[in-house]
Amino acid sequence: MVEDRSFTGRLFAAVNFTLLAIIALITVLPFLHVVAGSFTTSAELAASKFVLIPKVWSFEAYKFIFSTSTIFKAMAVSIGVTLVGTLVSMFLTSLMAYGLARRDLDGRKVVNFLVVFTMLFHGGLIPTFLVVKELGMIDSYAALIIPSAISAFNMIILKNFFQNIPEGLEESAKIDGCNDFGILFKIVLPLSMPAIATISLFYAVTYWNTYLTAILYLDDSAKWPIQVLLRQIVVLASGLDHSATLDGVVPPPDQTIKMAVIVVATLPILMVYPFLQKHFAKGAMLGSMKG
Amino acid sequence: MLIYSTASSIPKSGGTLHQYETERKKIMQDVTAQASTAQPVLKSSKGKNEVKRRIWRNRWLYVMIAPGLLYFLIFKYLPMYGLIISFQDYKPYNGILGSNWVGMKHFNRLFSEPDFLNILKNTIILFGLNIFIYFPIPIILALMLNELRGNFFKRIFQSLLYIPHFMSWVIVVSISFVMVTMDGGIINDLLVFFGFEKINFLLNPSWFRPMYIIQVIWREAGWGTIIYLASIAAIDPGLYEAARMDGAGRLRQVWHITIPAIRGVIITLFILKIGSVLDLGFEHVYLLLNSMNREVAEIIDTYVYTAGLRQGQFSYSTAIGFFKSIIGLIMVMTVNKISKKMGEEGVY
Repeated sequence: MVEDRSFTGRLFAAVNFTLLAIIALITVLPFLHVVAGSFTTSAELAASKFVLIPKVWSFEAYKFIFSTSTIFKAMAVSIGVTLVGTLVSMFLTSLMAYGLARRDLDGRKVVNFLVVFTMLFHGGLIPTFLVVKELGMIDSYAALIIPSAISAFNMIILKNFFQNIPEGLEESAKIDGCNDFGILFKIVLPLSMPAIATISLFYAVTYWNTYLTAILYLDDSAKWPIQVLLRQIVVLASGLDHSATLDGVVPPPDQTIKMAVIVVATLPILMVYPFLQKHFAKGAMLGSMKG
Repeated sequence: MLIYSTASSIPKSGGTLHQYETERKKIMQDVTAQASTAQPVLKSSKGKNEVKRRIWRNRWLYVMIAPGLLYFLIFKYLPMYGLIISFQDYKPYNGILGSNWVGMKHFNRLFSEPDFLNILKNTIILFGLNIFIYFPIPIILALMLNELRGNFFKRIFQSLLYIPHFMSWVIVVSISFVMVTMDGGIINDLLVFFGFEKINFLLNPSWFRPMYIIQVIWREAGWGTIIYLASIAAIDPGLYEAARMDGAGRLRQVWHITIPAIRGVIITLFILKIGSVLDLGFEHVYLLLNSMNREVAEIIDTYVYTAGLRQGQFSYSTAIGFFKSIIGLIMVMTVNKISKKMGEEGVY
């Protein structure tokens, strides 16, 4: 856009910039405050009302939360569920998406409709819980993965992506003696890496962030992923129900400790974020080049 | 040669996230479209042998679809069948087949229970907050971002605004809890510093709704701009050029060019938002719910969980969930009809 050099034009741009800068700051400030708070002592946090820069730096809170195995275990569960879950989800999703992407397949419309309909109407919490229970998955890690293995949205996105790959390519591979599995794994998937990467990341973030399925299906607190632990330490221990904190941290935990747990539970996402961000920064640029 | 030409027809990697949101919108359109039109099941084919041969030739494709189909049948359609327990007095040890049929008993109870009316009210209020307070914010943000000069700051602001979307509700709620808590939270400390009384944000029922909507805005408003930015990017720059020739300032250009150009997207997203009427995020509300704010914070989803899994009223809570699902389905259908009648781009 060509610059508007008039006075009102400049004023407008300056006000707009300032407002956006303030909004962006407000967006990240809460998390930065939590990070800063996790790296100081509870006395310092209580005494000086700092927002970002504490006077005393300390690793006390981290030493404390890593002094028992509870956090390690929960992190291990979360990492395991995220890795295995993403693999399982991507495997099932891409198989189904590829099958449904082929226009010459009889019955694909019926299956398509069955998938789409689940986005409009569902049995709800209790009947789903009963199914999972009947399958004997209560208190197993499988319960965190299998009941939500395929997202209808992601499957359809991938299907639409596969449909853009010219069919001629598949035909010629078939003539060369490739069966459909060979075509999918040797030709279609390598050509779809951008879509595969994006959808994998969405699945991974979903698995990492999940807490509801764990609360529903895991009674055994030793199997809890990090998000459930975070809820126990911060949400349930804030103000109300002091008996509900985790074993080993019996009195309501200090602010600094809560903050440290928040940082630990967020860290993996922040590590993935620059990678994700590169994707949509480019996307935005492509968009603006169009306009 | 062949490979080369194919690869070039596939969208560039950078676009995928952007594309994801656009695709999402398209899919919702397809979804609503499919809901109201009957599906032609199979194309009439030339002969039975032809069909048989084609099915045999595609046998591996069926093998590929099978696990996914099985997943949807077991975890989506079996629970739909399970909805029939809302017409029973379901007892876990009797199973669905052995439980007594009680007809509409649970639905009658639903509408005579004063509790339920309150829960319905709470649900509708949160829905209203989503529509009237949250919904316009991403539009305004997108317009502001679009007016920024230079791509550098635009990209930085976007990256910062998108971050919260990737944090779980537990993290979002946890961060706000440590900030607003009475003992040592920064917000209450600041209130005291400026000479105000401390406020018990977490337990005071009148603070539940503001906290809810602020958290929704904080987490989703930035991410919500993506789809608007994409459609703003598609506007012909010649239009702005012409407007400037006529002496229109920045605000006039926004008002007369940008907003009309994205009106279709705004209407589509608004309709979709209304269509998702009762899905307000169980994950989110359940975290904010406590014994002090229950009277305003209990919504249908949380009530189903508490009554069903905590108190073992399987049939009654399934009836409530069923009621909600039906309302949701009716809303989608209605919204689809309305959008058809509007000459606008609508939902499809």
